Amino acid sequence: MSRSRTIEIETPEGVRFSLLLAGPLVRFMAWAIDGCAILGISQTVGRLLPLAGIISADLAQAAYVVLYFAVSIGYGMILEWRWRGQTIGKRLLRLRVMDDQGLHLRFSQVAIRNLMRAVDAAPALYMAGGLACLLSDHARRLGDVAAGTIVVRHPKLPHPDLAQLLEGKFNSMLAYDHLVRRLRQRASPEAAGIAIQALVRRDQLEPEARVEVFRQIASYFRSLAEFPEEAVAQMTDEQYVRDVVEVLSGRMRRPATSA
Amino acid sequence: MILDLPRFVAAEQAFWRELDAVLDRLESEPALRMSLEELERFHYLYERCSADLAKMATFSAEAEAREDLESLVARAYGEIHSTRERRKRPRPLHWFFAVFPATVRRHSRLLWLALLITALGAAFGAFAVLTDPDSKAVIMPFPGLEGSPAERVAREESGRNDRLSGHRATFSAQLMTHNIRVSIATFSLGITWGAGSVAVLFYNGITLGAVSADYARAGQTEFLLGWLLPHGVIEIPAFLIAGQAGLLLASAMIGWGRRTTRRERLRAIAGDLVTLAGGVAVLLVWAGLVESFLSQYHRPVLPYGLKIGFGMVELILLVAFLSRAGASEAAP
Repeated sequence: MSRSRTIEIETPEGVRFSLLLAGPLVRFMAWAIDGCAILGISQTVGRLLPLAGIISADLAQAAYVVLYFAVSIGYGMILEWRWRGQTIGKRLLRLRVMDDQGLHLRFSQVAIRNLMRAVDAAPALYMAGGLACLLSDHARRLGDVAAGTIVVRHPKLPHPDLAQLLEGKFNSMLAYDHLVRRLRQRASPEAAGIAIQALVRRDQLEPEARVEVFRQIASYFRSLAEFPEEAVAQMTDEQYVRDVVEVLSGRMRRPATSA
Repeated sequence: MILDLPRFVAAEQAFWRELDAVLDRLESEPALRMSLEELERFHYLYERCSADLAKMATFSAEAEAREDLESLVARAYGEIHSTRERRKRPRPLHWFFAVFPATVRRHSRLLWLALLITALGAAFGAFAVLTDPDSKAVIMPFPGLEGSPAERVAREESGRNDRLSGHRATFSAQLMTHNIRVSIATFSLGITWGAGSVAVLFYNGITLGAVSADYARAGQTEFLLGWLLPHGVIEIPAFLIAGQAGLLLASAMIGWGRRTTRRERLRAIAGDLVTLAGGVAVLLVWAGLVESFLSQYHRPVLPYGLKIGFGMVELILLVAFLSRAGASEAAP
């Protein structure tokens, strides 16, 4: 997943977190879904209005004009206010409008960002808004700038398969305290991250690719600290990486034969 | 050193899932009111997960688990720290009759500026039509206004060909929605540092000045006043207030001589912008009704004196309303 478009927020508790900003394409898709919803609501109302036409055809037509206008203007305002920053399209695509400080929306913000669609939609198909979204720091259309809002994505993240790391088998490397310390000193957090990712995602890799990935990672760690042959003999590259990760995570469990 | 992630996750994951469940519940039931015990537990879970995130950010290289937790803390942060307005009983009458006029007065200098820009446009439009009558087609590209004023007056007063018969309500609805759209555009264009709002105000002024000069030159001033005043005394000020909102937005964008950030300035005027836009919409609904059901009737059906008198009464009431109503409304 790309993390390039994020906004970072620091809470009063001193914790930093980043929100994933929604890009123009996914926002356009949400808008298209909302457009269909508005059309659907209008069509439904339009089918009911001929009944009112029994009283007055003029009144029924006037009511349709007003209702279509009210739905097209009020749809976003009402739903974003009632559903805390979401419309049907945003809900389906897991998007949410938020205050640009990560807080909930005020009604004035919802109203302004929806009224400003008049400018964002110009000259056609949200070109002004899309362009502003591409050029602005936080992927904001003009309405978001005026209202002080951002649109974030809360993708459904798969929970990492940490069982891959939880084997708890005998680790022969832990018998060599000085080599363990050397490895910890020399291995960078990035390299450790790659090793963990490889273990977590091992089942997603093709067998040949898996062998090659673990061969390269093990080769890198071997270059940092060379364990004696008896400690790593007949150990597969994958098991080697698994043991290295355990070492790097700071476990001090020692085998019974430890000196 | 990296975090012993499996052990850490095994110990903490239950708290993460519990917070996730609380947030899902809050998001699916926006009106939910939690008990004190639930709130305390929610706060505890938020703090615990925040602390976990801080640990993971410092010691863990496992990006996926961190993103999972980060997303959770971000959602909880919004719930915990937002000071959402307490849901008050809606008071639309108080809002329109007190808050709206007080807001217009609070930014009255911008209203005068909008009036000045429109007046300049009107002077330009009148000058153009009086000095070059052929420019009418360019300045007023509206089918009803392109012809001779005298011919139109004769046609309207003959009572023949009532084009609105059986369509007055629809015409009224179209006027309302069209005018509200134009006023929204005028206000929204303030985001262009005011250039768009100024252009719309000036153009409206040109049309108004050109039509007025054209009818006055043709000796049809009485018809013009009888036709325009009943709805125009509400519609034109409504457009001016929309322009005022656009200029207010522009002033926050520009921020001359103010030390606050643009975000703070925009935040400070957000409520006033919405009030002005809402008030304009209400005025335009009234103007649309009057234009369709009164302005389009001419002599001999309705004497011009009556229509002009109606317009003048509306104008006096509007001025009194905007200058006096909601005097007790405190500034924010």
